[in-house]
Parts: sequence; C-alpha cells; structure tokens
Amino acid sequence: MFQFIFRRLSLVVPTFIGITLLTFTLIRLIPGDPIEVMAGERGVSAERHAELSAQLGFDQPLYVQYFRYVSGVLQGDLGNSLITKEPVMKEFLTLFPATIELAFCAAIFAILVGLPAGIFAAVKRGTVLDHSVMTFSLTGYSMPIFWWALLLMLVFSVTLGWTPVSGRIDVVYWIDDVTGFMLIDALLSDEVGAFRSAVSHLILPSIVLGTIPMAVIARMTRSSMLEVLSEDYIRTARAKGIAPWRVIIIHALRNALIPVITVIGLQVGILLSGAILTETVFAWPGIGKWLIESIGRRDYPVVQGGILIVACIIITVNLLVDIAYGIVNPRIRHSK
Amino acid sequence: MKKGLAKLTLALMTAGAISTTAHAATTLVYCSEGSPEGFNPAFYTSGTTFDATSKNMFNRLMEFKLGTTETEPGLATSYDVSADGLEYTFHLRKGVKFHSSKSFKPTRDFNADDVVFTFDRQWNKNNPYHTVSGGSYEYFNGMGMGDLIKDIVKVDDYTVKFVLNQPEAPFIANLAMDFASIFSKEQADYLMKKGTPEQLDINPVATGPFQKVQYQKDSLIRYTAFKDYWKGKAKVDRLVFSITPDASVRYAKLKAGECDVMPYPNPADLEQMDQDPNINLMSQEGLNVGYLAFNTQKKPFDDIRVRQALNLATDKSAIIDAVFQGAGKAAKNPIPPTMWSYNNNIVDYPYDPVKAKKLLAEAGYPDGFSTNIWAMPVQRPYNPNARRMAEIMQEDWSKVGVKAEIVSYEWGEYLNRSKKGEHDTVLLGWTGDNGDPDNFLYVLLGCDGVGGSNRAQWCNEEFNDLLLAAKQTSDKAERTKDYEQAQVVFKREAPWITVAHSVVYEPISKDVKGYKIDPLGGHYFYNVSK
Repeated sequence: MFQFIFRRLSLVVPTFIGITLLTFTLIRLIPGDPIEVMAGERGVSAERHAELSAQLGFDQPLYVQYFRYVSGVLQGDLGNSLITKEPVMKEFLTLFPATIELAFCAAIFAILVGLPAGIFAAVKRGTVLDHSVMTFSLTGYSMPIFWWALLLMLVFSVTLGWTPVSGRIDVVYWIDDVTGFMLIDALLSDEVGAFRSAVSHLILPSIVLGTIPMAVIARMTRSSMLEVLSEDYIRTARAKGIAPWRVIIIHALRNALIPVITVIGLQVGILLSGAILTETVFAWPGIGKWLIESIGRRDYPVVQGGILIVACIIITVNLLVDIAYGIVNPRIRHSK
Repeated sequence: MKKGLAKLTLALMTAGAISTTAHAATTLVYCSEGSPEGFNPAFYTSGTTFDATSKNMFNRLMEFKLGTTETEPGLATSYDVSADGLEYTFHLRKGVKFHSSKSFKPTRDFNADDVVFTFDRQWNKNNPYHTVSGGSYEYFNGMGMGDLIKDIVKVDDYTVKFVLNQPEAPFIANLAMDFASIFSKEQADYLMKKGTPEQLDINPVATGPFQKVQYQKDSLIRYTAFKDYWKGKAKVDRLVFSITPDASVRYAKLKAGECDVMPYPNPADLEQMDQDPNINLMSQEGLNVGYLAFNTQKKPFDDIRVRQALNLATDKSAIIDAVFQGAGKAAKNPIPPTMWSYNNNIVDYPYDPVKAKKLLAEAGYPDGFSTNIWAMPVQRPYNPNARRMAEIMQEDWSKVGVKAEIVSYEWGEYLNRSKKGEHDTVLLGWTGDNGDPDNFLYVLLGCDGVGGSNRAQWCNEEFNDLLLAAKQTSDKAERTKDYEQAQVVFKREAPWITVAHSVVYEPISKDVKGYKIDPLGGHYFYNVSK
C-alpha cells in the first residue's frame, strides 16, 4: 500500500513544476499589463509606469521573475496581491472555507439524490421511472447554471419567500469569524436563529451547484449497476433466494460503486476548485470568483498562487480517490 | 439534570433577549457591487472602494455638498487664498474625534498633524509611510498633485498652509476627492512603533459618520454609526454592505427585502422597477460623457469640414435607444449638464446626412473615404455597449459614403494604442473625478493631453488659452465665462462626436428616506433613515 502511495506521490513533483510554469506563462500571454489595467481611462505616465514596474519587479527578465516566484513558493510565500496588497495565502484561507462549505453541501445533495436515483433507474430498467430519472438527469446535466440559479431564486426566494436570495447569513446576525465555516461559527455564536439562517442560505446554492454532479452520479450509478446486475453471481444470489434488496444493496451495489467513487472524487475535486457561476449568483465569497476577477485585473500573484493551490487540492483529492479505489479493489493496489 | 435544563433555558432566554435588543437597532443594507480593493482610498481609483471607505468612513478638508458638484468646508472650517493664487491656508475644525478600533484608541482630537501626515505620505518620497503597502498613490499623481505642491506647512495646531508651484483653481475641488481623506497621525505613529505600519491601510481609524466593525471579503462589510461624529450621529445605527456582484440578484434581494439600496441596475429591469410600489426608482444624469474622438492629426480628420460632416451624419437618437435602452441622454457638450458652467445655449449638430454629404464634397471627398472606428472591449457607465454603438455609426456613415471598419483590442492595449494615436476614430468616455470642468476639458482636450488622455490629439490655441485662464483664477464667475466660451469653440471645431451622458438609476426601498444620488457617483448614507 505504501509503495502504491509513494508511486502516486512521485508523479506530483513534475506535475507541480508543470503547473507553476503554465500559470506563470499563460497569464503573461494575455495581452494588457496590470499597470495599464489598474489605471484605466485615466492612464499612467511613462515615468510612473516604469517606477511601478520596478516596484513590482516586472522590469526583470521573465526567467528571473519565474525563478523568484518559484523560490518564493518553495518557502511557502505565494506573494501579495497587486490590488489588495494582502498575501495571496491569507486571501485564499479567508475564502476557502466558504468554498468547502458549499462544495460539501452540494456533494451531499448530489450523492443523496444521485445515488438512489441511479439505483432505482437500474433496478426498474425500461420503466417510466427509469425514463424519468434519465430525462431528469440529462436535463440537470445540460442546465445552464446561471439561468437555473436565477430561476430557483425567483421562485423560492422572491415569489414564495421560503429561502433567502443570496449571501451566507442574514445581515441581522453579527457573527464573528472564528473558523470561517458559517455553520460552525453560527453555532458558536450566541445568536438564536443564526444557525437556521446559515442553513437556509445554503439550500439553493447547494442544489444549484450539486445539480450537474447529481446528474453525473445518477447516470454513472445506473449504467454501472446495470452491468453488475447482469453478472452471473447476481443471478446465483437471486437463485439462492436472498432477499431482493439484499442482492441489490450488498451484492450488486458494492461492486457497482467502484467507478462511481471515481466519478464522485473527480466531481468533489471540481467543486472544491470553486464554482464561478454559483458563487457569482449567490454572492458566495468563495475562491472561484476570486480567481476569475484576478484574471480580469491581471493580478499575477493571485492567479499564479490561486491556481497552484487549487491544482494541489485536485491532485490531493485524486490521490485520495486512488487510495480509496485501492482499498475497495485490491487488484489496483497490487498491479505494478 | 433539572438544574442543567434550567440553566440551558435561562441561557437561551438571555441569548434571545440580547439578540432582540440588538435587532431593534436600525440596520441599513446596501447591496454593493463588489469588494473594496482595500481600506485606504488613496491607493485606488474605483468607486466601489470609495463607497466602502472615503464616502462613509472618512472626511476631507473640503467635502462635496451632497447632491451637487460644489464643495463645502469639511474638516476645514474655512480657507484663504493668497492674491497670487499660490498659497492656500486652511483653518481646521476643533473637537473632531477619531474612531477607535480593537487595537488602537486615540488620545487626542483631529489636528494639523493629521492633515500634514495625510498629504506628506503621498507627496514626500522620504516620508516613512510613503512606500508602506506598495505605496501607489494613483489619484494623487493622476491629478498632478505631486508636481503642483511646493510645500505643506503646519502653521499651528489648527492651521495648515499649502504652497503651490503655480496657480491652480481646481485645487480646492481636488482636496474634496477621495484620495485626500484624512488619516490619524497618532495611529500611524503607533503602528510604526509596533512594527505593523501596513495595518494603517487595513484597519484605519477615521473621523467619518460610520466606523468599520467587520469585513468579510466578497461577503459583507459591517459598520456602526460613530456616536461622536462631529456633525452628529448618523440616522441609522448600523450599516451593512452586502456584496452582491450580479445586478439581477441585487434586484431580487431588493424585492425580497434583503437590501434597502442597490446601485447599477440592469437597464432591462428599469421599467419593472418603476412599476413596483415597494421600490422608489431614483435617477439623475451621471457625471460622465461618452464620445467618439477623431484623430485630428491624421488625414482626413485634420479637416474641420470632415469632422463636422460626420457629426451631421450620426443619428444620436438611434444610439440612445439601442445602446442605452433609454438610460442615456444625447450629449451636446463635452461636460455633463449637472456640472457648473455647462453651456446650455450650444446647439448640437442635427442629424442631416444631406448636408453632411455636401460638406464632405467641399472637403474633397464627394465619394467618401475608408476609415476605422475603434470600439472598446468593455462595458463602462458612459458606454454600455461600444460594439453596438460602433455598428450604428458604421451604418450611418455608410449613408454618406464613409466606409468604416470596426476595430477592437484588449482593454489595456486599447487604452495604450489610442493614447499613441494609432486610431482614426476611437470610442471612449470619462467619468468626472472632482466635479470641476477642468477635470473634463483640460484632461481630455487640453494641449498637455496630446499623446495621452487627449484621444483626439487635438491642440487648439483658442480653446487651450481659455482653459489656462480659467485655471489661474479662483473667481468662479470668471471661470464659468471661460468654460462656456471654450464649449463654443469645441462645438465649432468638432474634435469629437459627443455621444451621450448615461443616466444613473438607483432603486431604493420605499422605506428608505433621505437618500440622495451623488452626481459624482458615490453612495453616501449619513443622511439616510429607515
């Protein structure tokens, strides 16, 4: 097992170098320099431009800038944002809990709805139920997120008034930032109703963000279950007179889950890297919006640093998925 | 067990009581469009940052009279100008208190040291704070303050004198701008001693009506009304900026009662907002202008007849309908109508393609010519859709034989290339900084701006002399006369097609009282009640 983990880890180093090189180059390939963008219509004089370039280190040759960046990263310093002047790491850590909270709730929604839906569709193959689950998941998969979010918001928040429109908690609650996770901070505060408010603020964004993963999980579970259900050992189990639910849950599902776990892992990785549209619509202070805005502003340190951290998270999640996969399926960890 | 239960019940009841009292305080929620870039307004140029900082937390020596572009005394009670226009002496207000934060409690009132520190930091490269937090003072430099100021002198605790290198009438208006927000020298010294000077730009104490309590990036900013504010406590107890980047969502929040005031609505929502009995849709012409500048140093635009002809060939009403969807007003002058010295006697070029064709023929282009129109790649308040605007002009011009190709670049590149004059004609615009006509006319059309912000690359002696004269005197009546005449010259010479001034809309909840639209684009909440 350790050998397996070690093998996977050794691949991380080249990936890491590749990512730093790519983000560093790509953001600089976008035309327009950060100083011009900052100045806007007002413009900036040539002398002032040179002065600022020197201050920010942009007057150095690219390889020097890259070397400085990488050596900073190795010392745990991702630099400071050109706009807010705050350390990139600090900004990331302020915003990331909101992303985790939303990703976690969206994943729970996706799994709780997607998995049973897929199982039912497989078991009731060819029936109306199967067709409706598949139609529903195809719709979910192809739903334009922006539109879907606004639609839910108009129906549930504006017209029915069941859920709040956006944000993380009602503004009447003055919650101190302790952990950054609003659910936990609301619980820790003495304010009555704060936790309920925090939960209600999570409902719509979780559903919106969870819709595509839910559809993916449902479809994957269905096809994987169908494959397993046609295996000989399932027929044997049924012939032995084992209760039908036992055959499905104990015998079939466990094997069917292997590809589903991979899909869930990939989806969680995507969710953790920030959801630009959902975050924008629901004014959710996560890292997706932060990264997109930084690209627009040519805030090089934030783009480089932010993407690097996100990439590391995806690498870690994938590694964990691989390990989980190895646990579920011994053939994988033993293969050379 | 019973005891425990009783304790828990008691705790819950107390918590309930506390929160009920807390909720009784009036809270005003402003759904702002984005996070501030930081909390030192001197570093930035965006309105989003100013709303969160200078407009509601800070004061300046001079302030803009709310709802106008005129200045009035703020932290200064009055000022004197020397006869040669080179010395401005400010008499400061006494008894002005600073906010206090968790880490810093001020021990003295505002005085001349704070004024000198605020400006010296931006002006003097040797000030220990000059380079703290990156130290880029964009507006201070952009308004030419660095070259203008010769010396800043503390005369006594409540008198400060600014000595200038040349007379500059807009100086007073500049001091009412956001970058001139006054910081506490006492806090600056305290933080420097502590070794954390950059905290001054993150958690500054100021003298304004609201003090910052909490900021969660991309989520919200909380303020409480400052009870010792020198003008008296604000009418609401708490102010919350609920950061909501999407305009449709801001509207949904306003409808659901989750916010009281929202900026920048979608033009498409305006009609519905106007009909909503719970919403009061306020509007005012913005302090901006969208224009098309001819490159007057290139053929054929060096010929005044060609510039006039294309002015006649452009149908502005079609642009207002299609591009601004009604949220704009055709512009005839380079300065907006809310600005003092706006010359309302000017008659704009009518839409007259026949006359345009005649003028072109006179200029030697009976069959027209080929040119380009540069269209901005971004949406700005003065031009919500430059591409569409360019297309309409392209079609209008083709009717008089002028074939125009539409060109666009990435925004930074666009600004840079148009500065150098690579364009034939370029769409751009301007939003006023300090409410002074000089800030439009001199910056955008003065001879000094050629090769820079003067995109028409236009240097007209008669026009420029009028602007220089208006800079030299602080007599407003005289300045008004000069600017009115300058607008006459501008219209005749036609270096631009003045396209439109956008109309600013501010939907607010019916419960909100006392809110006024600021022609300079800020959002102030001191006078607002609920």
